[in-house]
Amino acid sequence: MPILEGRGITKCFGGLAAVSNVDFHVDHGEIVGLIGPNGAGKTTLFNLTSGALPVSSGEIRFKGQKLNGLKPHQICKAGIARTFQETKVFGNMPVLQNVLVGAFFGSPDHMSAADAAREASQALEFVGLSAVAGDSIKDLTLVNQKRVEVARALATKPELLLLDELMAGLNAAEVSEAMELVKRIRDKGITIFMVEHVMKAIMGISSRVMVLHHGEKIAEGTCNEISCNKTVIDIYLGEETHAGS
Amino acid sequence: MDITRVFSTHKKLLAAGSLVLILVFLATFPLYGNDYYIRLLTVILMYVVLAVSWAMFSGATGYMSLATAAFFGTGVMAAALLEKTLPFPFVIVIGGLLSSAFAFLIGLVTLRLRGIYFAIFTFGFVMFIGQTAFYIDAHILHNIWGHNLTPLAPGVLHYMMLGLVVVTLVAIYFIRRSRYGLALLSIGGNEEAAAHMGINTTMVKVILFTVSAVFMGAAGAIMAPAMIHVQARIAFNIFNSFMPILMAIFGGMGQFYGPVVGAAVFGYLDRTLKVELAQYFMLGFGIILVAVIVFLPNGIAGLVPTLQSKLRITMAKLRKGGQTEKHADT
Repeated sequence: MPILEGRGITKCFGGLAAVSNVDFHVDHGEIVGLIGPNGAGKTTLFNLTSGALPVSSGEIRFKGQKLNGLKPHQICKAGIARTFQETKVFGNMPVLQNVLVGAFFGSPDHMSAADAAREASQALEFVGLSAVAGDSIKDLTLVNQKRVEVARALATKPELLLLDELMAGLNAAEVSEAMELVKRIRDKGITIFMVEHVMKAIMGISSRVMVLHHGEKIAEGTCNEISCNKTVIDIYLGEETHAGS
Repeated sequence: MDITRVFSTHKKLLAAGSLVLILVFLATFPLYGNDYYIRLLTVILMYVVLAVSWAMFSGATGYMSLATAAFFGTGVMAAALLEKTLPFPFVIVIGGLLSSAFAFLIGLVTLRLRGIYFAIFTFGFVMFIGQTAFYIDAHILHNIWGHNLTPLAPGVLHYMMLGLVVVTLVAIYFIRRSRYGLALLSIGGNEEAAAHMGINTTMVKVILFTVSAVFMGAAGAIMAPAMIHVQARIAFNIFNSFMPILMAIFGGMGQFYGPVVGAAVFGYLDRTLKVELAQYFMLGFGIILVAVIVFLPNGIAGLVPTLQSKLRITMAKLRKGGQTEKHADT
């Protein structure tokens, strides 16, 4: 049974359908990649899933429970955590406290201060940032801020993690570190749904890939199927190769 | 003797000690001080309540509330209307509760607004409630000339305000340390992220905005007898919305004691300079504030850690210098 399932998801901004009639599903324990050119509706689909935006029509279910109409804080408590394409850290707090917010408020059961603190430092250790726990988050590099976002999301004890362009702007070494991190998260038993532009990363770790274009799902399948799919190559991978050459 | 180490190891003891000293001073002052200074201290304490409650909500969340004067004025008017029929402690409680009821309603309607819109709405609310209260008071309750309140001895008012200050500071100290405090701070950091971390941001904002208004309303009720003659237009003076903000910025909002320091300094300047310099006061006031914002973005409280680290560095240098000299001797 899929952990996350969307049927006929549509989101209109004025007359423009940013996401139109998309069916998708994410199975338990998977790493599903979501790709597509800029403006394809990937982040919008995430925003609909996390409750940041209401769907115009369609239905999203998490473990069989309908998410329509739930607020972001309820969806977080239900077990879906996310990171943001443009980092949204709490700039007025030290690093550890950022993660503490996730532990305190995000987990489904009420946490004592001591438990939350332990949970937060574990999450921070998991992403390899224990050393900077006391630093101001603004002093961290973008790469590390993104990792704090991952730790913060993990501290909410999610079952499903939405990663929105975790690897954008990272160099090759950092990308492989990030890929390693994503795999370790999956090995903890957390299902991952990720938007990514870095093809190497997507093809390297996803068990399945979904392609959006102009708000519509144009392809879905294993990495091999996607990289051989003619439409995908034309509209997306083609562009990349042209851009790269 | 290493001064910095004494400061850092006995920090809590020092803080507690000075707190006790200040409290003893405030509690005993009416016994020997003259009325003018007792009144001055009471006004300062009032500003402490307003600045600290304002900073608890607006300082943490970044939602700039200009409604302080409305909550304060509600307390003043409640006292003006009720002080002859009810015992004064009840009047204070009613003033606080009535203000928080208004805050709750404003919160429900406007805390979905962001940034400047919230500030403008709260500003408009002060105007609205001031005019409405004036109309009701003058034309429905027929108090065209306002209210003459039963005078209370300055010492009595001082002790009531001191009591309110203690209650306010203790309550807000614990709120700031609680999960609500953390939630408020995360809303100020990034509201969207806060919501995605499981925080019901609307609820947290409404509740804490409501709580902050209790103290402001109670402060208004206690100040009412000191004003002797009360009219709605005096009670809802918009100045009371701006002063706490200036004080909180001046003192620094990052630290709990920042707004307290700001209120003490500005409250003193407010009363003394206003008497001596009249309109030049606001000019001087503006210059001081601009200087603080430019040179001390974290306020007076922000100076403390900077000075501490500077002191530590100088001490370390001195010690090192001493050692190298010794080495040179041998």
